[in-house]
Amino acid sequence: MSWLVIAPILLPLAASAVAFVLHRRPALQRGWALATTAATLAASLALLAEVSRGGIVATTLGGWPAPFGITFVADHLSAILVVVGAVMALATAAYALADVDAGREGLGYHPLFLVLVAGVHGAFLTGDLFNLYVWFEVLLIASFALLTLGSGRAQLEGGVKYVAVNLVSSLFFLAAIGLTYGLTGTLNMADLAGALRDAPPNLVTLLAMLFLVAFGIKAAIFPLFFWLPASYHTPPTAVAAYFAGMLTKVGVYALLRAFTLLFTGDVAWTHGVLAVLAGFTMVVGVLGAAAQNEMRRILAFHIVSQIGYMILGLALYTPLALAGALFYLVHNVVAKANLFFVAGLVRRVAGSSDLDAVGGLYRHRPWLAIGFLVPAFALAGFPPLSGFWAKLLVVLAGLEAGAWLLVVLALGTGLLTLYSMTKIWQRAFWAPAPEGLELRRDAPAAMVVPVAALAGVTILMGVAVEPFLALAQAAAAEMMDPARYVAAVLGEGGTP
Amino acid sequence: MLSAAVLIGFAVAALAPLATPALGARAGWVWALLPAGLATWFAAQIPQVRAGAPLEQAVPWLPSLGIELAFRLDGLSLVFALMITIIGTAVVIYAGGYLRGDRQLPRFYLLLLAFMAAMLGVVVADDLISLFVFWELTSLTSYFLIGYKHDKEESRAGALQGLLITGSGGLAMLAGFLLLGADVGTFRISAMLADPAVVQASPVYLPALLLIALGAFTKSAQFPFHVWLPNAMAAPTPVSSYLHSATMVKAGVYLLARLAPAMGGTAVWFWLLTGVGTATLLAAATLALLQRDAKRLLAYSTLIALGALVVMVGVGGPLGAEAMLAFMVAHALYKAPLFMVAGNLDHEAGSRDVTVLSGLGRAMPISWAVALVAAISAAGLPPMLGFVGKELAYETLLPHPWALAALVAASAVMVPIVVLVAWRPFAGREPRAPKAAHEAPVSMWIGPAVLATLGLGFGLAPDVLAQALLVPAAAGLVGAPVDFYLKLWHGVNAALLLSIATILLGAFLVLVWRPLHDALRTRFADVRVGPAGIYDALVLRGIPTVAKGLTKRVQSDDLQHHLLTITGFTVGLLALTAVVRGGPTLALPTVDGALHEFLVLALIVVGALGTASAHSRLRAITSLGVVGFGIALLFVMFSAPDLAVTQFLVETLTVIVLALVLTRLPSALLRDGEARGRSRLALVIAATAGAAFSALLLAVTQTPFDRRLSDFFDAASYPDALGSNVVNVILVDFRAIDTLGEIFVLAVAATGAYALLRRLGPRPEPEIAYAAPRGSADPAGDGEPSDAGTPGGRAADDGGAGS
Repeated sequence: MSWLVIAPILLPLAASAVAFVLHRRPALQRGWALATTAATLAASLALLAEVSRGGIVATTLGGWPAPFGITFVADHLSAILVVVGAVMALATAAYALADVDAGREGLGYHPLFLVLVAGVHGAFLTGDLFNLYVWFEVLLIASFALLTLGSGRAQLEGGVKYVAVNLVSSLFFLAAIGLTYGLTGTLNMADLAGALRDAPPNLVTLLAMLFLVAFGIKAAIFPLFFWLPASYHTPPTAVAAYFAGMLTKVGVYALLRAFTLLFTGDVAWTHGVLAVLAGFTMVVGVLGAAAQNEMRRILAFHIVSQIGYMILGLALYTPLALAGALFYLVHNVVAKANLFFVAGLVRRVAGSSDLDAVGGLYRHRPWLAIGFLVPAFALAGFPPLSGFWAKLLVVLAGLEAGAWLLVVLALGTGLLTLYSMTKIWQRAFWAPAPEGLELRRDAPAAMVVPVAALAGVTILMGVAVEPFLALAQAAAAEMMDPARYVAAVLGEGGTP
Repeated sequence: MLSAAVLIGFAVAALAPLATPALGARAGWVWALLPAGLATWFAAQIPQVRAGAPLEQAVPWLPSLGIELAFRLDGLSLVFALMITIIGTAVVIYAGGYLRGDRQLPRFYLLLLAFMAAMLGVVVADDLISLFVFWELTSLTSYFLIGYKHDKEESRAGALQGLLITGSGGLAMLAGFLLLGADVGTFRISAMLADPAVVQASPVYLPALLLIALGAFTKSAQFPFHVWLPNAMAAPTPVSSYLHSATMVKAGVYLLARLAPAMGGTAVWFWLLTGVGTATLLAAATLALLQRDAKRLLAYSTLIALGALVVMVGVGGPLGAEAMLAFMVAHALYKAPLFMVAGNLDHEAGSRDVTVLSGLGRAMPISWAVALVAAISAAGLPPMLGFVGKELAYETLLPHPWALAALVAASAVMVPIVVLVAWRPFAGREPRAPKAAHEAPVSMWIGPAVLATLGLGFGLAPDVLAQALLVPAAAGLVGAPVDFYLKLWHGVNAALLLSIATILLGAFLVLVWRPLHDALRTRFADVRVGPAGIYDALVLRGIPTVAKGLTKRVQSDDLQHHLLTITGFTVGLLALTAVVRGGPTLALPTVDGALHEFLVLALIVVGALGTASAHSRLRAITSLGVVGFGIALLFVMFSAPDLAVTQFLVETLTVIVLALVLTRLPSALLRDGEARGRSRLALVIAATAGAAFSALLLAVTQTPFDRRLSDFFDAASYPDALGSNVVNVILVDFRAIDTLGEIFVLAVAATGAYALLRRLGPRPEPEIAYAAPRGSADPAGDGEPSDAGTPGGRAADDGGAGS
């Protein structure tokens, strides 16, 4: 078995146990979390290198062969997402050095965060449907604990909505797993790919819809997204940024996996439904953002909107579209989390991130302005930043597929995104500071470095785009040819 | 070299914020070395380009999509590149004087030089996507330049309007590029130009043309997208001068000219361009009469010129190309100086209102001289290049009398405009101005003086310009070699007669300007319809209203509403799928079983109904408990005692814990007062969901079960895993990682619960800062250090809501 495949899960998971033990030593915990996330990133990069070199890697735990034991699989899709997750984990751990207060640390912030990271990576790497459920539970409970950690009552309310809606998602997911198991007698996803092909097609399509709802809630697609804007603006910035970047993307990943590996028998219907939902998600999310007046609320609604682009890529279901969806996802994680980081810095410097209460940041804090501009205009799809190519790929794929209406919606959403980003810019950065606003001097390096580093990634993905695109295309090629995934797990014959 | 010429601008721009403070008052002169050097380099390429050997350079960018960072310098690109760099030199020098001592000057040079580099990128790009990248960069940098005086609401609004209008056009253009490129199989512009038949025969020709034209029209401020341009006057004068004369708005004209050989020549092309151009001419000419601010007057005169240029690109042909190029160069050479002189008035005399200023000629003789020379060209009088350009334009439009009439009328309006800008503030004996005026410093007159003189020189010897630049450029516009000679004097012909008519009409407008202006202002004072009104209604009011309305409908704060939506959506989706794709065929199960089994079933049903109809939480919890115990009984009856025991334990604990906790939660958290009205809908949805899941379960159980895994676990449990209880072996061996995960779930849940209890329980709370993190200022702003232990600290939570 290859330890490399599970290293990105086991490292943070084991480290979290250590961090639990260290709970009276906050300074030690901080360093430990930073070191763990750095090591996780190294392991993830090694895994991606291995996948790029030698193709899909699969391993079973406990020596029980697939489909009987639990399999972990790293193809390009999983490996890329794990790298992104590890980058975000490291950035968050660094940002948290200055952002998370001693009270929260004393209540277990660091071990909880490491469990969350392990849960996210577990979801990306597992090749077993029920095990995916377990990782969903792990990351759900860890995120709930982080969301409400040191909560006041108002924050708790957002947390309750978050957990209640996500439990409903889990319920649908579990029901769908049970039905799937009853239908096929297996839980291994590679095995399922074949078994579902042989099952009664209309029953499989109905199951697909159940999975769509379960994963759609996680991914915050229309009309299942309400929990997200209700909860994401309350926790500390570091937590919110990681949530904003990664949690919905776990849902997107699950949709990508389910609708390229498992449910490809009735693409006209399943992916048609996805296309309709993608269109609504883009538009409703971006209009929701336009109605907000606080930076993090604006950003939270934009998460929803941009999930729509990724689902659109999946719905179009061509190699280019899938590559576009994945490229969009990676771009979006980096830019969106970074905007949350910047919002945290704005709060740090100006004491608020309400657009009515801040101003004058461009004149007085030009570095902060640059830190905002790069991810904000990337999000709005301006060249030569990452978001431009992301949008271009999805739009090009849409045009090639003749999906005119969706292309119009995608472009219109891009314009409204620009509207929202300039709204933040015009008011928080350009407009003169309101009477009596005093800007603080200090901005800790721990908060500035992640912002600068992620902005660097956004620029790099925009200027030196080909290597990133090549990876996304490799992932898309694998997604379009599930036989490769199946063969890597079950051997060349495709059956155990 | 060609790519270096573009990219060096960005590199130097990046240095500007660092180096400008050190350069002090010389900054303008030093940074001007960049455009001056580039202008020299481009000028040095004239012989090669004239010889018909364009410079080319291409670097792969996204090879997998066939996108390159490709550059090509032919005659057409060269004219634009020279305009950008030569006028850029004047603008950079001018800005040094105009913005002297401004605190944000370092950022200004960063943006200005980056803008210039992006413009160069647009005009020498040979790949549609590369071109688009630079195109958007010009939108972005001009946004920051227009909003440079960002403390003023007017500047911010003007900048945003420009960005949103050109940005939406840009998106359309991108769609057009992608459509066209994907269909013809290349993004290389030169490849498309080499084979126009492929482009015009493409099924996407028409949509692509319309989309690309939309991009060009928004950028070049064509009617009805022209509204952003006058509002962009909020920019500092050097920016206005640059945007209007040689850059930004010329990008759209460039794009149309560039693609003319590939996309032009069709009826759609002709009517689209001439129609929109003519509308722009007429709208701009009318609106110009309403203005009295020197910069705004000039802004509308720019719109007139842009309309004329688009009409001429639309007409095309060798004559159209010749006219368009001469007209454009003339416009650049008079418009930049006129703006700069208007800036000098503002800077040195304190106003740009032409009704306020007069008699400044003595105090500002050089500015006046420059203004007059430029104004003669703008009015289209000999011996200036403006005269040559206008004569050619008239000649081009002779076959199209309606467009010609519009151009003559608009050109006549140019006369009062230049009189107002270049004559009225300066003429007269008594200086009248808000402050004591004096001549601008050398940096603020040298550039405009040189440009205005060039306009005169090229007017006297137009063929020098034509042979060096315009003939090769016209070849690029026509798509085939052309040959022509330019002369100042063509003898008495139709164009000259029209010119005389224009001047006479213009002179009449000068005489009646004041009453006409006042009458029009009263007439139009309250008019809010038209493109500007539409923009306001759409962007300033429409988006927020629609967004707020929609969000109010969609994003409720009520948890029950969320759950209802989710469940309703799920059921609806399942039902729709079943209807459209066919549901599974269900055989009704045969009903057989002992009486006690039915009793347990009845118990479960009663429990479920009790839960749904409960009016108190306690009743709901106990009813739910009945359901759980009933299910446990089923497990007992169907020989799963281990499951039954687990279920009994879980149910018991759940009921106890829920009864303790749920009844104490504040009622607002779970249910709001209006929720009762929804309960009927909720019941229907819940019942349907139950039925749907039952049906699915039934359908699944009616398929034969694949026992591969169960058989393997049975077989391998004892010999391989050394455990006799298969369930246990599954939990701790076959699927041990699931169990590990669940252990962490429990650990985390315990930690989270502990944290919440510590926080909200009766014991003192650990110190937690809500609004601001460790070590930062007091979030509540009440002067006390952040202390979460106090009620005040708790109130200041992140969401801004009180506790």
